[in-house]
Amino acid sequence: MDRKSGRFLLIGIPYLWLGLLFLVPFFIVLKISLSDIAVAIPPYTPTFDLGAGWSGFIQFLSGLDFENYIWLIEDDLYINSYLSSLKIAFFSTLFALLVGYPIAYAMAKAPSEWRPTLLMLIILPFWTSFLIRVYAWIGILKPEGFLNQFLMMLGIIDEPLQIINTDTAVYIGIVYSYLPFMVLPLYSALEKLDGALLEAAEDLGCTAIQAFWKVTFPLSMPGIVAGCFLVFIPAIGEFVIPDLLGGSDTIMIGKTLWADFFSNRDWPLASAVAVVLLLLLIVPIVLFQRQQERAQEAEK
Amino acid sequence: MNISPNKKPSARFAPWEDPAQKPLVRFGNVTKRFGSFTAIDNISLDIYEREFFALLGPSGCGKTTMMRMLAGFEKPSEGTISLGGEDIADIPPYKRPVNMMFQSYALFPHMTVEANIAFGLKQDKWPKQQISERVEEMLSLVQLTKFAKRKPHQLSGGQRQRVALARSLAKKPKLLLLDEPLGALDKKLREKTQFELMDIQEKLGMTFVIVTHDQEEAMTVASRIAVMDDGKLIQVATPEVIYEYPNCRYVADFIGDVNLVEGRISSKTEEMVKLAWAEGQGDIDISNKNGCAAGENACLAIRPEKVHVTREEPQDVDNKIRGVIHDIAYIGNLSTYYVKLGNGQIFRAQESNRRRLANREFTWDDQVWLSWRNTAGVLLQK
Amino acid sequence: MNSRFTWFNATSLTLGFVFLYLPILLLVIFSFNESRLVTVWAGFSTKWYVELFQDEAFLDAALVTLRVALLSATVATILGTLAAVVMIRAGRFRGRTLFSGMIYAPLVMPEVITGLSLLLLFVAIGIDRGFWTITIAHITFSMCYAAVVVSSRMVTFDTSLEEAATDLGCTPFQSFIKVTLPIMAPAIVSAWLLAFTLSLDDLVIASFTSGPGATTLPMKIYSQVRLGVTPQINALSTILISVVTLGVLTASFLTRRAETKRKADELLAGS
Repeated sequence: MDRKSGRFLLIGIPYLWLGLLFLVPFFIVLKISLSDIAVAIPPYTPTFDLGAGWSGFIQFLSGLDFENYIWLIEDDLYINSYLSSLKIAFFSTLFALLVGYPIAYAMAKAPSEWRPTLLMLIILPFWTSFLIRVYAWIGILKPEGFLNQFLMMLGIIDEPLQIINTDTAVYIGIVYSYLPFMVLPLYSALEKLDGALLEAAEDLGCTAIQAFWKVTFPLSMPGIVAGCFLVFIPAIGEFVIPDLLGGSDTIMIGKTLWADFFSNRDWPLASAVAVVLLLLLIVPIVLFQRQQERAQEAEK
Repeated sequence: MNISPNKKPSARFAPWEDPAQKPLVRFGNVTKRFGSFTAIDNISLDIYEREFFALLGPSGCGKTTMMRMLAGFEKPSEGTISLGGEDIADIPPYKRPVNMMFQSYALFPHMTVEANIAFGLKQDKWPKQQISERVEEMLSLVQLTKFAKRKPHQLSGGQRQRVALARSLAKKPKLLLLDEPLGALDKKLREKTQFELMDIQEKLGMTFVIVTHDQEEAMTVASRIAVMDDGKLIQVATPEVIYEYPNCRYVADFIGDVNLVEGRISSKTEEMVKLAWAEGQGDIDISNKNGCAAGENACLAIRPEKVHVTREEPQDVDNKIRGVIHDIAYIGNLSTYYVKLGNGQIFRAQESNRRRLANREFTWDDQVWLSWRNTAGVLLQK
Repeated sequence: MNSRFTWFNATSLTLGFVFLYLPILLLVIFSFNESRLVTVWAGFSTKWYVELFQDEAFLDAALVTLRVALLSATVATILGTLAAVVMIRAGRFRGRTLFSGMIYAPLVMPEVITGLSLLLLFVAIGIDRGFWTITIAHITFSMCYAAVVVSSRMVTFDTSLEEAATDLGCTPFQSFIKVTLPIMAPAIVSAWLLAFTLSLDDLVIASFTSGPGATTLPMKIYSQVRLGVTPQINALSTILISVVTLGVLTASFLTRRAETKRKADELLAGS
């Protein structure tokens, strides 16, 4: 095997795999989103038939339309799903930041011989099943669950709180599941912070709290931004958490897509939902990419 | 900025010799322990106003701890530290009229040069107008007016150093602490900056305390040097005294090059001591007594540049020894000759190279004479 | 950062870790509960474990999941390592931007979209869905994670080592096998572990791409959970958590021991 063909194979194998199984499927999604639902296998029309030749292709093209997209605009359910996904993702990100920042801060301040262990403890839940971790919260948030038992035992409440099957449960689930994604970038930003900067700020007249707001906080910004994107982006398309913890009035786009696909078997509509979701995600993804590049630039 | 000559001869500045003077800073029996480790061991020290005081020693000797106690980042375990007569042990760093220039400079990377310098002034709630005037003044003092809007990472090492200096000076502290301020600069720039620092200190009439492990730097800038080792003060004196009259082997060895000759004091008169140092060699005469008694073991410390090398036996000298040139280190302006004595000891002598290298007087394995005056060395107790 | 560890820090760490671990701990404790109610303690019992091991549907699902995970993790690690080599070493080639886009995009892609698009592909080309489609789907998304893990280590790889091997007579391919791969081994192992757990964990993509006859463990758990909380699921979760925790702890213990040993050796060699 000479060098050139070796290089060609090296690049070619992963390229081909991803092209066939990642890129091509998107075009298929796009195409099906322009098709109509049909009672057939597969359940959409038109299907692409290579045997029909050029005229078949023309006929195929003329069968495509934007009906599904118009439907997305006309039916309140879809717009509400997108908006509610954005809202839930936004607030969960905010809560995750509020919960994650003190943890990351304390980790960065902890004695250096503890830090590998603390880091390990943050990452460990990430390795255990996502589904199981969400499931664990059902037992806690149920009307007769641990949280209600605990609060009633303390005498704070007399009646069990209805938390499961509400948006609150979804927030808790998202914050819990994605907390490591928030803590890790925050920790790496805070850990890099030079202690002499804080001493310099104190030397120049800052109390410890002022030094935090004027030095630590602005310098941890790259970590904050990275952590927020890492929570926000996957939270938008989340399915398992709203499905298991949320109620029937908790609508998120991942759940809507799932229902259209599995319950209604409306594949073209589900594809259209996916295409719009993707377009919606491009904005934060591109912003995130840019921020990462800038952060890398600043490291140099 | 002009390079100014070292010490001004006109009015001799020596407040430490005047018992009527009140010190600006006083360490009173200060001990600092970290767990079971004693970083500072019962130190008392006075530093006077307008001094440029150097704490000198190897890493881990406690000099940085001394400075951090002055800045307020550490509290003494025992003893008192006062500033202008007031005990400052319980004053937090942000309330002390003391500022520090950090070894790493600790410039805030998210702020411009201007904002860095203004930081402390804003913290003290100076009026806006005054802040911008003061920042302007500081920028021109360190010659960085053109760089006001830059961020620290857009500056060279030397420029960052000057921003750090300007930032710590901006609040007009009673005492400025400099932690290895020139450590990160290359040799040329370091030498130039030493003079700039001295100029600024003189111009502003402020008190500087510098921590350094570089003896040349301490010698150049300081009015007095405290040599530290192992949490203790070994000697506190002017650079001249430290160099010419070290009080022990440690100081003699730490500052500059030195030949040490071990021996026993064979006789002692009012002004002269004789040191017996090797079988079959004449005793060495030393005119500095340093409190040794006859019969005691002692040690002569003599700087290489005070020892002459000649081919012919010198006349009219106080001490002379024969030897063979073992090695020559040529460093441009000077050459150091490593001369092997009869007892195998290597003695260093330094001569300036007034002639070109090709015309050098001596070469390897030449027989030579070493000679020096009675007053050239100091006698140190064992 | 300097260590001034205050009570505030200690409190936030404690609360943070209680939040992270209490739910898992409760889950584990109540898997040993006598009662069918998972929230009221009625005495110690291992009967749910016994019941679990008698449930053939669960065992089947576990077997399918394990086979998918082993196979997909191995292929994904190979492909991911190739992709990492391409990204770090291949220099410029046509379509490079598209290539790195395809590596990074699946990391941020909602699972529902990845799952849907792969399913539509399989339908379009008319493959029967089942074990193989799940495996292929898992390879596709976990190879991207593997590529990122391996490439982040490869960036810091000292290429002069390879040059030295070439200088001593290795062909580029030999020097890659004999020098680069052994040094990259820890990263490749962690890439495999990540791919393995991602596959073990996946519900959404498997649900889309599986067909009749191939049910993975997460799918089985999900359909049970939708019906309500059962101690059997607690028992199963406990087993899964223990296996993963044990695996991760062992791996980190081994790497840390190797690290300490290396440091001790260096210290000895230095003295």
